[in-house]
Amino acid sequence: MIDPVITALLAIFAVPFIGAFLVGLDRKLTARMQSRIGPPLLQPIYDVIKLLHKEPIVVNRVQIIYAGLHLIFMVLCVVLLALGQDMLMALFILAFSTISLILGGMSVRSPYSRIGSQREIMQMLSYEPILILMLVGIYLINDSFMARDILASGKPLLLSLPLIFPAFLMVMAIKLQKSPFDFSTSHHGHQEIIKGITLEYSGPFLAILEITHWYEIFLLFFIITMFWATSIPVGLLIAAVCFFCEILLDNIMARLTWPWMLRFMWTVALGLAVTNVLWLYI
Amino acid sequence: MNCREKSPWIVHFNCNSCNGCDIEFLACLTPIYDVERFGIVHVGNPKHADILVVSGAVNHRNVRVLKNVYEQMPSPKAVVALGACGATGGIMADCYNVLGGVNQVIPVDVLVPGCPPRPEAIMDGILQAARLLNVHQKDRHAGAEVRLTLQPVSEPEKV
Repeated sequence: MIDPVITALLAIFAVPFIGAFLVGLDRKLTARMQSRIGPPLLQPIYDVIKLLHKEPIVVNRVQIIYAGLHLIFMVLCVVLLALGQDMLMALFILAFSTISLILGGMSVRSPYSRIGSQREIMQMLSYEPILILMLVGIYLINDSFMARDILASGKPLLLSLPLIFPAFLMVMAIKLQKSPFDFSTSHHGHQEIIKGITLEYSGPFLAILEITHWYEIFLLFFIITMFWATSIPVGLLIAAVCFFCEILLDNIMARLTWPWMLRFMWTVALGLAVTNVLWLYI
Repeated sequence: MNCREKSPWIVHFNCNSCNGCDIEFLACLTPIYDVERFGIVHVGNPKHADILVVSGAVNHRNVRVLKNVYEQMPSPKAVVALGACGATGGIMADCYNVLGGVNQVIPVDVLVPGCPPRPEAIMDGILQAARLLNVHQKDRHAGAEVRLTLQPVSEPEKV
């Protein structure tokens, strides 16, 4: 067993680089799918270093505090999961992180920023029930919310949660800002209202949001790998295939409206998750 | 710092252009030219941008907006003026409402000639401006940043 301090330090300092690499890979793959050459693999790191060296323009101090909280809660969530702590707690901290982002967008007077925040609320409303049901399912199998007890039943979670897994993939598409679910922010459409929530952040503060996104991507990868925790290479392979499918989905789908997303998530995804939980309960 | 050259984010402002330059500029974003391979991202928000790309001749109506967009960009920043109109006012130069080229209002770093300029020339201009960002950053530390000190533009006379 590795020392928990070392694990925590690794989670804090190594994770953003893995996240940045995944974002770079995402941009490269997207470009190849659109028959473009695409930016270098390290492009996200160039972007963030450039942003950190730009002039800081502060709209109001509260917004900057919320950007910081967004990052801190996300790091805390990654550290908690890496240390094998309570997953329910990690999920609530993740929600806190997103709420900080929403409040940051709401704290300025720009209507675009507020519309972006409202869209983020809708996204949260869509995916939070599914994440909770996922943890309920894990609890029914393992009798524990602790991440370190993920192997308690001795067999991979995916075999017991076959319907929650696709529902989680939909949540992952929302969190990764992929079409057709990219309403509050997206990697594309920089001129559109979907960029509203980041509108008033500039320079180093935009870099904070970008770094937080790197942690977030790693977190999603971590959870996907947990579905096959008995063998880490198989788990990583599943995560890589899922990541590729998300990028493919992003490139073949158009962006739809938020009422569609809410309806879809609360019928199809929630239906899958509830069916799985009922099946486990009976 | 090298990262600044590798990730120039641009914001495009159309100062009453005939759309010729704009269409050639947008062609740069297509898969044929693919500016993203240089790390160039077309952001719609001056607060995220490093380089302001202006097309068209400045007139009394949009001079206020152009200055506002320029001032909202965080330093270091650079300006690229597209086409003959962006440089001097072009065929619009003698119009009653036209002030002239973009450099009458904000400091321009790179002029891309042509009517309209080719996408290759536009990409080259943007990358040259990206290299100038480092120079601007040094100037900023030396306290020699270019501010909007050009003569105030007179309001059009009311008829």
